[in-house]
Amino acid sequence: MKSLQAILTSLLESLRDLLPIILVIGFFQFAVLQEPIPNFGEIALGIIFVVIGLTLFVQGLNMGLFPIGETMARSFASKGNLFLLLVFSFALGFGTTIAEPALIAVADEAAIVAATGNMIENSLQSMESYALGLRITVAFSVGFAIVIGVFRIIKGWPVQYLIIIGYSGVVLMTFFAPREIIGIAYDSGGVTTSTITVPLVTALGVGLASSIKGRNPMIDGFGLIAFASLTPMIFVMAYGMVV
Amino acid sequence: MLQIFIDLVLTILDTIWDVLPIAVIIFGFQLLILRKPIPNLKKIITGFVLVLLGLGFFLEGLEAALFPLGKLMAQQLTDPAFIAAGNPDGIIDWWDYKWIYLFGFAIGFSTTIAEPALLAVAIKANQVSAGSIGIWGLRIAVAIGVAIGIALGVFRIITGTPLYWYIITGYVFVMIQTIYAPRLIIALAYDSGGVTTSTVTVPLVAALGLGLSSTVPGRNPLLDGFGLIAFASLFPIMSVMAYAQLSEWSARRSKPTPPT
Repeated sequence: MKSLQAILTSLLESLRDLLPIILVIGFFQFAVLQEPIPNFGEIALGIIFVVIGLTLFVQGLNMGLFPIGETMARSFASKGNLFLLLVFSFALGFGTTIAEPALIAVADEAAIVAATGNMIENSLQSMESYALGLRITVAFSVGFAIVIGVFRIIKGWPVQYLIIIGYSGVVLMTFFAPREIIGIAYDSGGVTTSTITVPLVTALGVGLASSIKGRNPMIDGFGLIAFASLTPMIFVMAYGMVV
Repeated sequence: MLQIFIDLVLTILDTIWDVLPIAVIIFGFQLLILRKPIPNLKKIITGFVLVLLGLGFFLEGLEAALFPLGKLMAQQLTDPAFIAAGNPDGIIDWWDYKWIYLFGFAIGFSTTIAEPALLAVAIKANQVSAGSIGIWGLRIAVAIGVAIGIALGVFRIITGTPLYWYIITGYVFVMIQTIYAPRLIIALAYDSGGVTTSTVTVPLVAALGLGLSSTVPGRNPLLDGFGLIAFASLFPIMSVMAYAQLSEWSARRSKPTPPT
């Protein structure tokens, strides 16, 4: 009985998270565009799916993703092998990004832009290889970012120094990169970090910072995602200059 | 109606496929290289299954209900006929797109509130800070940042000003704010830029950018359609630091600072 109540509470919480979108879409549909909602039944069912999905996700987060991230962090900290930790960090960053659906979409889009702007040959084959090269570039840059970020947690460097260096890199590259690639490069920073990567990487960072003496999980534990969204911008612009 | 359930199963299979490399890396390292057992393995696997099912339901629900409607709406609002209708004199300037600014703001705010990755980070930050960072406080601060970012990004597409002006100005602003913001919030604020734009926000915002840049005269969707995501990842950094600065300031005003 008690667990049923808990499920009901978390379903209601998910519904509350979704309420703003429903209100916004409802308002624009009825008040601004003044159109009726098409196929209402399907939309209602979809909303129920979203609510169920969000509830299950949050449950799984606390049961699975957070504990495994922290367990890994503790294992690495007790093993004391820095090299292994950095290899793992790279593999995690690279492995989670290369298959990311949002990145695949952006890479295909970028290939079209490059072909239209005569940066590459306008054929299907060259566009495909351009998109694949871009994906590998971004995945590599995210792996690199997690390595740097983990190294920073271990050393306890202030996050803002590295961010300043990263920002300077972005600004510098903006002046040299082809104009067509800049928009895509800036956007690629935002799309790399997926819904499963974020909790894992956050738990890893916080776990590391709590198991290393002298680190504060709040000051040192966060920041991995920030690097992972910064380096792709630099690397994609570099890719645009080289290819 | 049956189709949606078939799609649901397909989406869940897709999600499993996406998660496979991550699971291989994690369990491979833990069991084969570190050679450590995983405590509560059963619970953790249950958790993974719940995350997979949850994401499957979530994505399929969005695909069935919200994305078609939101994308259609972005098209209708950027339709030249709709924009000209509110404008009898026939000269269209940037203010005639007022509904699109409002739509960008509202959709940015509301999709961010529903973003699961942000919820995850907020839960973690709340645990780590022993409750001093509220889950809702952080989410609303980020959502306001995304909303302002998208509205400004829409303004940029309409006026056709270069993207990097805004981004570089934003960077300078973030750096100045970093000097004055409470130290505890800085890393979290930088992180919140990256987590906001994911499953819910990206498709809707991309549709808005594409619709807008193909209808505003003189804009090229290939060149001007991008950049909204960049705005949505930059502005939350500022709004989260501002949130921390405001709560610190109000705490200081209401009572003398306790020794730390």
